[in-house]
Amino acid sequence: MTIQEEQDEIIADFEFLGNNWDDKYEYIIQLGKELPLIDPQYKKEENLIKGCQSRVWLHTDFKDGKLLFTADSDAVITKGLIALLIKVLSGHTPKEIIDANITFIDAIGLTSHLSPTRSNGLLSMLKQIKLYAVALQSKSLHS
Amino acid sequence: MQDSQTILAPSTLDIEVIRKDFPILEREVYGHPLVYLDNAATTQKPEQVLAAMDEYYHTINANVHRGVHYLSQRATDAYEAARHTVAEFINARHTHEIIFTRGTSEAINLVAAVFGKKFLKPGDQVLVSAVEHHSNIVPWQLIAEEKGAALKVIPVDENGDLVIDELDHLLKGVAIVAVNYVSNSLGGINPVREIIAAAHRHGVPVLVDAAQAVQHLTVDVQELDADFLAFSSHKLYGPTGFGILYGKEEWLNQLPPYQGGGEMIRTVSFEKTTYNDLPYKFEAGTPDIAGAIGLAAAINYVQNLGLDNIQQAEHSLMSHAIDTLTQIEDFRLIGKFDAAHRAGVISFLVGNIHPFDLGEILDKQGIAVRTGHHCAQPVMDRYCIPGTVRASLAIYNNRTDIDRLAAGIKKAAKLLA
Repeated sequence: MTIQEEQDEIIADFEFLGNNWDDKYEYIIQLGKELPLIDPQYKKEENLIKGCQSRVWLHTDFKDGKLLFTADSDAVITKGLIALLIKVLSGHTPKEIIDANITFIDAIGLTSHLSPTRSNGLLSMLKQIKLYAVALQSKSLHS
Repeated sequence: MQDSQTILAPSTLDIEVIRKDFPILEREVYGHPLVYLDNAATTQKPEQVLAAMDEYYHTINANVHRGVHYLSQRATDAYEAARHTVAEFINARHTHEIIFTRGTSEAINLVAAVFGKKFLKPGDQVLVSAVEHHSNIVPWQLIAEEKGAALKVIPVDENGDLVIDELDHLLKGVAIVAVNYVSNSLGGINPVREIIAAAHRHGVPVLVDAAQAVQHLTVDVQELDADFLAFSSHKLYGPTGFGILYGKEEWLNQLPPYQGGGEMIRTVSFEKTTYNDLPYKFEAGTPDIAGAIGLAAAINYVQNLGLDNIQQAEHSLMSHAIDTLTQIEDFRLIGKFDAAHRAGVISFLVGNIHPFDLGEILDKQGIAVRTGHHCAQPVMDRYCIPGTVRASLAIYNNRTDIDRLAAGIKKAAKLLA
């Protein structure tokens, strides 16, 4: 699936859940439990994302021209949010990630429901993922 | 205003009547009636405070201590009356021992900066406790670094109690002690009397951070024999951005000014400036006049209810809270004080649930608590936890609030497990 198709699927899932915040959180928490967990060796200081009230580790692999993300957090809701981001962005090329217009966070009404610290944390994660993509892209352009 | 001595008996403090003084408590959050349990961060403001500030701006707004005109005189009178109200509230010997600041943080920064400038020498130590707010750590670190001094820490035990057996030993080489009366992160009432008495035996002055104390307990600076004491208006039902530094006259007179500007000077020439008397020496620039008037209205409000009555009502609610919450499966109190040794704050975790997750699910149920390290990272490190959920009480909280909190925690635990 393309990044846009992944986003559309998430948006459809959340539309199905309606306005019931319990169900939305239950869904996010469930996603968190299914998150592709980071190898413990990568849960190190350099992989910690700044700007989150909970601790978030994000590890990046680059295989066959595609970026693969694994992550973990000590907070369950945070894990669910990372899972959403990873579902959308993992397995794509740096260029696809750089060009992606991430709309699902607003579309599923998360920004109005999440506490500001939480949505800031989510944006920090997105920024970090995009930074990885930019770094790899410029490396491949120069090599 | 009713005299604080002629108050109703404790059992007749009617919380439901008090709640009506706080208009914000009527609002809903996410479709639920608001349960506001973040009072250690800031309290809500009663109508009486809002009205006093409104009236100031509507009827007598003018700059103080400057004008020859009628309004300036009225504003100055109201502003200085507020200082008198604060002095009586904490039983200061003199009204000029009350310095107006922007809050507790600024008050501590002021003392750290000017006391440090005058008295700290290389190798000296500043003694703080292990349960301080960052505001009572960082200002001392800043000046200590500049002066080649260092911080020393009164340890805390597993229950959250300060370990003061070794105090006489700890006090060697100490130039000043800075401790909080009530810990903002754990809620324990610290043995400040013992600490002050021990420090004075060694000739060492003590600053008391009373930010979490004045709204819950009677604080008498003469009885405590505190050399400096700081608190904020906004945690005492008053406006934000305003606070108090109390200092004994003999200490304040020895200290150099903090900031320069209008008000704090007597004469200025390019060769030499002479400084004003207390308290103005420490109050540069046009002050927060409405803030002072708002705080005075808040103090009148509190004294009208009576701090003893407030303490009794809060104690009773705290007992109910501890009884109710500790029934919850896997509930972990951080700081194991009973209701009698606790003021306002319950810090807790549930099982291994991250406090941030728990706080978010409580928020969605209209329950406002604080999560995280509460600006007291060393405390969280001491207990090896990422933070806590902190529920903190004020006089308008009732049993319904606690029961809603308990139900909210159970719901969150089920969802997050």
